[in-house]
Amino acid sequence: MYKKTYVEVTARFDEEGAIMPIKILWYDGRIYRVDKVINVCRAASLKAGGAGIRYTCEIAGRQRYLFLEESRWFVEEICN
Amino acid sequence: MDRQILHIDCNKFFASVECLHRPELRGMPVAVGGNEEKRHGIVLTCNQIAAGYGVKTAEPLWQAKRKCPELVVVPPNYPLYLRFSKLAREIYEEYTDLVEPFGLDECWLDVTHSLNGEKIAEEIRQRVKRELGITVSIGVSWNKVFSKLGSDYKKPDAITVFNKENYKELIYPMDVSNLLYVGRATTKKLNARGIFTIGDLAESDPHYLESFLGKNGFMLSQFARGTEKSPVACCMDSRDLKSISNSVTAPRDLINLEDIKLTLMVIGDCVARRLREHGFKCKTVCLSVRDKNLNSYTRQCKLELPTNLSKTLVEESLKLFVQNTCTPFAIRSIGIAAADLTNEGVAVQFDLFGEAQKLEKLEKLESTIDGLKYRYGSGCVKNASLLKDKELTDFEPHDDVQRESCFGAIRDV
Repeated sequence: MYKKTYVEVTARFDEEGAIMPIKILWYDGRIYRVDKVINVCRAASLKAGGAGIRYTCEIAGRQRYLFLEESRWFVEEICN
Repeated sequence: MDRQILHIDCNKFFASVECLHRPELRGMPVAVGGNEEKRHGIVLTCNQIAAGYGVKTAEPLWQAKRKCPELVVVPPNYPLYLRFSKLAREIYEEYTDLVEPFGLDECWLDVTHSLNGEKIAEEIRQRVKRELGITVSIGVSWNKVFSKLGSDYKKPDAITVFNKENYKELIYPMDVSNLLYVGRATTKKLNARGIFTIGDLAESDPHYLESFLGKNGFMLSQFARGTEKSPVACCMDSRDLKSISNSVTAPRDLINLEDIKLTLMVIGDCVARRLREHGFKCKTVCLSVRDKNLNSYTRQCKLELPTNLSKTLVEESLKLFVQNTCTPFAIRSIGIAAADLTNEGVAVQFDLFGEAQKLEKLEKLESTIDGLKYRYGSGCVKNASLLKDKELTDFEPHDDVQRESCFGAIRDV
C-alpha cells in the first residue's frame, strides 16, 4: 500500500527556469539528500494518486520518485 | 488530399480524475454528483463499474443509488478537472495548433499536415495514460462528425478509424441518434418518417429533410454523408465566442420577485465579470427560466448601448421576467446570457443626457471590484442586499465556470 505524502523540498532553479530537487525534509525531521536525478518527465502516480512532473531520484543508493504537482512536492510513501 | 481529424474524448472524465487522486476508490462504483440539498443531486459522471450497474449521467442520485446501493458519490472538484483538461490540451497542442475544445473533456484536432493521423492518435492515447493517469478514446476520420462518432465507437482507451473504405459498413447501420445534434426531438421526427439509421439519413433527400427539420435538415444530411467540411478552430482563435451565460438551479423554488432579483444579481454579476475578463460587451441580453414543472422559456432583448455591467444585465433580465411570467410562479432555475458580443473598446456615442458617461463611471467601479475579487477571492465584495437571503445567494458561479470559460473559444460558454 502507498499513500501520498507531501514533503518539504529544497530545490535549485537554474537560469533556464529548470527545477532540480536537492534535499527532502521528511515529516519526522530527517533530511534525505538527492544524490542524483536520473530522469524528469511528466507522469501520473497511480500508486499515490496524482499527476505532475516526476523526478526519478537516487537517494542513499536507492531510486525513488518525487513528484512536483503544481507547486507542491509529494512522494509515494510505503505504508502497511 | 483528405483531412485528418482526430476527436479525443477523455473517458468518464470527472470520475477518472477522482479515481486517480483517490486510489482507495479504485475497484468501487463511483459517481461524481452534485449537492442533493441544493437540488443539484444528479450524476455528473460515473466510472465504468457504476455504469455496469446501469448508472447513467444526469440521472438523480437517489435513482442511481437504487440501481447500485454501494455507489460512492463524491462531490465535484472543478479546479482539479480544469487542471487535467488543460494538461491534456497541452499534450494535444504539441501536435497541432488546430485544437478545438468541445466541453472540458473533448477536443478536435486537425493533423492533416502531419504524417499519419492514426499514429499520432496512438501516441496521444499512450501519453495521456502515462502522463495524466486517465484514458482517452480517439476517433480518426476526414471530418469532425465522423471522428466524433469514432471516439464513441470503442471506449475506453481505444482508437477507431473511419475512412472512405469502411465508413458505410460501420457508420451507416448506427442508430441515427448517435449523430451529433440529433437529440430526442429530432430522433422522434426522423423515426416517424422511417429514418432510423445514419444510413437512412444519408440516403434521404436533403430537401425532404429540410421540409420538416428546417435548415438543420441540410446540415444533418451533410453530417450523415460525411460531406461536412467545417474547419477545426485554432486554439489561439477566440473570435467565435458567441455568448457568455450562467444559470443556476436554486436551492428552493423562487416564488416572488425579490427571490428572482437576488438570484439574478448573483448570476448577472458573474456574467458581467466574465464579459470584462474576455474584453467584451454585449448588445443582447437573454433570460432563460424553468419552473418547478420543468416548463421553460427563453426571451431576449436588444440594448441601446453595448454593456458589460451587471446592473444593466440584471435590470434587463428582470424586465424580461416580469413581461413574460404569470403570477403566481415557482421557478426552479434561471439564467442570463450575454449575446451579440462586441469588443469592449468599441466607441460609444455620447448623448445629451450624459448616460454614456454615467455608464463609464459604473464600468470603472465594477472593474475595480473585479480587481478586488481577483486578489482576495470572489466573496470579498458583495452587494449588501444579497445578505437578505443567504441561502438563495450563497453560490459563486464565477468560480464554477472557470472550467468552461477557459475553453470559450467555440462553444457558447
